Amino acid sequence: MDKMQTDILIIGGGAAGMSAAMSVAENSNLRVLIVDDNPTLGGQIWRSEMGKIKSPEAKKLIEKIEQNEIEILNKAQVFAQNDEKSLLAETPNGAVQMHFEKLILANGARERFLPFPGWTLPNVFGAGGLQALVKSGLSVENKRIVVSGTGPLLLAVAEYLKSKGAIILLISEQTSRMKLLKFGLGLWRIPKKFFEAIKLQSKLQRTVYLTNSFVIKAEGKENLEAVNIVQNGKNRRVECDFLACGFHLVPNIELALMLGCEIMDGNVLVDKFQETTLENVFCVGEPTGIGGVELSLTEGKIAGLSAIDKKEKAKELFTQKEKLQRFANALNETFSLRDELQSLPNEETIVCRCEDVTFGKIKDFNSFREAKLQARCGMGSCQGKICGSATEFLFDWKNESVRPPIFPVKLENLVD
Amino acid sequence: MKKIKLQINNESVSIQEGSTVATAIFESDAKTFRKSVSGENRFPLCGMGICFECRVTIDGVKHQRSCQILVREGMKIETDG
Repeated sequence: MDKMQTDILIIGGGAAGMSAAMSVAENSNLRVLIVDDNPTLGGQIWRSEMGKIKSPEAKKLIEKIEQNEIEILNKAQVFAQNDEKSLLAETPNGAVQMHFEKLILANGARERFLPFPGWTLPNVFGAGGLQALVKSGLSVENKRIVVSGTGPLLLAVAEYLKSKGAIILLISEQTSRMKLLKFGLGLWRIPKKFFEAIKLQSKLQRTVYLTNSFVIKAEGKENLEAVNIVQNGKNRRVECDFLACGFHLVPNIELALMLGCEIMDGNVLVDKFQETTLENVFCVGEPTGIGGVELSLTEGKIAGLSAIDKKEKAKELFTQKEKLQRFANALNETFSLRDELQSLPNEETIVCRCEDVTFGKIKDFNSFREAKLQARCGMGSCQGKICGSATEFLFDWKNESVRPPIFPVKLENLVD
Repeated sequence: MKKIKLQINNESVSIQEGSTVATAIFESDAKTFRKSVSGENRFPLCGMGICFECRVTIDGVKHQRSCQILVREGMKIETDG
């Protein structure tokens, strides 16, 4: 097995991870290694488009990372702990052992998906999911698309798909107009966010944006043909080619859980210096609470400085972080899920897509563990990453027991 | 931009360099990515390597996430239909 040695190991090459890496590199001579499962750096928010990063901010950061000779291991999925100071990752060339002095977790987030009748039909995608596929070459030209779910991502995705020639039939947002207005007014306090919102709005001017609205059913014989949307008790059927549907984000906490970091309210618990409840293990960005790219960048800087014991310098960033944190809290509150979404699945609706476990088969259980052991819910390849966050909302279950490997790996790499 | 040639269920497909295998499958005649345990056709959902719905066989290796892997010249891909 290949072995790598570094001072600061960073898991995740998105905004938070790259920011942490630069923070270490600019303030010390220590070795830094970034490990990421994607083919290129950038994470989800700065996902490259056919191998090219578009955001000027991201480009600048990646350039700096290259100039500072920060080591990067791409296409590598961390799946287990080797010992207290080393982790194991699977790469296309086999397993790698990575030894470190300090560890910074920057695993990012994924979309929350909620089950509704027809959501397993081909051409029903996540909202960010469809955007990611288009960025890797999928054509949406002249495709009729409904964008639905909740969160600021819906607007960004709709605008992106439109710029690629898609016909956005409508955007269906589950939160209320009232909550959105309140949040929108709050943006005045953060001019950069405000102008971003205005820019998005103007690009989507002729697009129908429904609030208080959600998809209750997707229909189609083989592939998606239409969706049923409800708004204020009224139903409408919309024929479409694609549905892009996501319900905001869920933090990727599996690695932190496996290592034994304490979790609070679904997020990795950290102190002001981004240190987890484990010594020398830090956590930044979405796993500490969904907060967006700017908060991720700031937390990355703080963690980098903390990891090299420059705590006084880290403290200078606390005010900035608090401000961004307040914005994140307001955003999460605005897009919190309405209870009606819990009653979307019927008896036959699949909840666990890996094992095809239906809502009817699990609804009477008391915990995710029971559903796992007795109905195989969450026992498939994704290891409950999709149905776990769905059942957390549907039944208030916690899926907080993980066992290595946290991602499926080839047997040879496990044995090795 | 350079085109990459690969095989999907024995069909020749030519696609832009930098595309993922998932994109190439969308461009092909394949009816599905995988069949679920109860026989449903499944396509990618998350697009970022989390959901495992886009699993296919690549060069004989099963259960590869097609949304995370870039196309290479001469790749042989098999879907479940």
